[in-house]
Amino acid sequence: MAVVEIRQRAGYLFVAVIVGHIILISAQVNAKSGVPVLEQVTFGVFAEVQRAASAFVGGVRHTWTSYVGLRGVKAENDSLKRELADAQVELQQQRAVADRSRSLERLLELRDRLSFESSAAEIIAASATPDFRTVTIDKGSLQGLKADMAVMAPGGVVGRVVTPTARASKVQLLIDRNAAAGVLIERSRAQGVALGSGDDRLRLEYVAETGDVVVGDIVVTSGIDGIFPKGLVVGRVESVDKNGAYRQITVRPAVDFSSLEEVLVILTPTAAKQVVQEAAR
Amino acid sequence: MRVAGIVLATALALAVQTTLARFVIRGTVAVDPVLVVVVYVALSYGSVTGLLTGTFAGLAQDITLSSGLIGVGGLAKSIVGFLSGIVGTQFIVTQTLPRFVVFFAATVVHQLIFNGLYAAIGQRDFSVPYGAILGQSLGNAIVGVVAFQLAELLPGAVERRKLTRTKLRR
Repeated sequence: MAVVEIRQRAGYLFVAVIVGHIILISAQVNAKSGVPVLEQVTFGVFAEVQRAASAFVGGVRHTWTSYVGLRGVKAENDSLKRELADAQVELQQQRAVADRSRSLERLLELRDRLSFESSAAEIIAASATPDFRTVTIDKGSLQGLKADMAVMAPGGVVGRVVTPTARASKVQLLIDRNAAAGVLIERSRAQGVALGSGDDRLRLEYVAETGDVVVGDIVVTSGIDGIFPKGLVVGRVESVDKNGAYRQITVRPAVDFSSLEEVLVILTPTAAKQVVQEAAR
Repeated sequence: MRVAGIVLATALALAVQTTLARFVIRGTVAVDPVLVVVVYVALSYGSVTGLLTGTFAGLAQDITLSSGLIGVGGLAKSIVGFLSGIVGTQFIVTQTLPRFVVFFAATVVHQLIFNGLYAAIGQRDFSVPYGAILGQSLGNAIVGVVAFQLAELLPGAVERRKLTRTKLRR
């Protein structure tokens, strides 16, 4: 044991002497940069120590701030989520307002185009069953609405008022099974009657066999029914099928009934109706 | 007492070396008395004493005689002293031939370390002057062996002389 201890001590002493000599030599030798090797090595070692200490302190600080920051981040995240939800709701409201504004603009343009006195109304309800294609508008007899008044949209004819109440009215759409309107082909002036079929199309009937009707013709009101003023667009001929002596003519309505929001009710009676009313007096 | 003797021997070796400076073989002194002292002490007293003697003697040589870096000679002699001490304790080095070999090898190792260090530092091209090293190794080995013989013979000679004088008086 004693021999081993002595050898270990000699080894330690040897290493210490060698290191001491190396340090002594390094203090006198300049590196390529011109700085003494000892200074360069010492500075390098201390720089690494400083770097390690800095990294350690930075890591601790970063971890700490991140942890504390995370607690704040959660609260901030919750707050931002609430703000985002509010913003989304507000955006939807703004979008709805914009849509409504555009719709009203179109309606206003239609009102300006028409030479009749009219009243704008908003659709507040629709028929619960598809068998009866009706809608309810927010204007009634207090606003001057009466039965059989024509109802228009920017695209064309919508239907007629069937049941006016004081503050609301039921409107029968032109596509209802029981609805009909006197029409004519704008190009050939061939007359007929547009009948609702319950779906999204109209049937054009009572057209003379010699009547010139082709696909694509625009169908407008003829004004002879006493409800719809003459010249209002009803739709466009979609198909003309010959079935023996008869012709089946299908008209695609100019109005998209599934997206109606606002309509115009024409308050001015048609010329035919005025004649009837005067005769009744 | 031992330390004083080592210091005295080192000082004497340094003084002798200055007088041997003119015996230069291809840039290297033919005999390095300081190295002889270091190896002698290491073989006589062990690795630790050899190490410390090498350090002291080498640094003293660097400071007083060398115009180069202080520490290179000290480092080389420290290593040589330490290794020589290990050899002296691990092997029987009491005969002339083993001592010659140790002195010779120690000188070669010393020269290699000395020149290698300067080459590593970049202050000198690493070229091995075989002739000079061989000459100095032979010189150191001879001087070392003679020194051992003298040291061993000297105390006996004195006693014999005293004994002779006593006989003559009778």
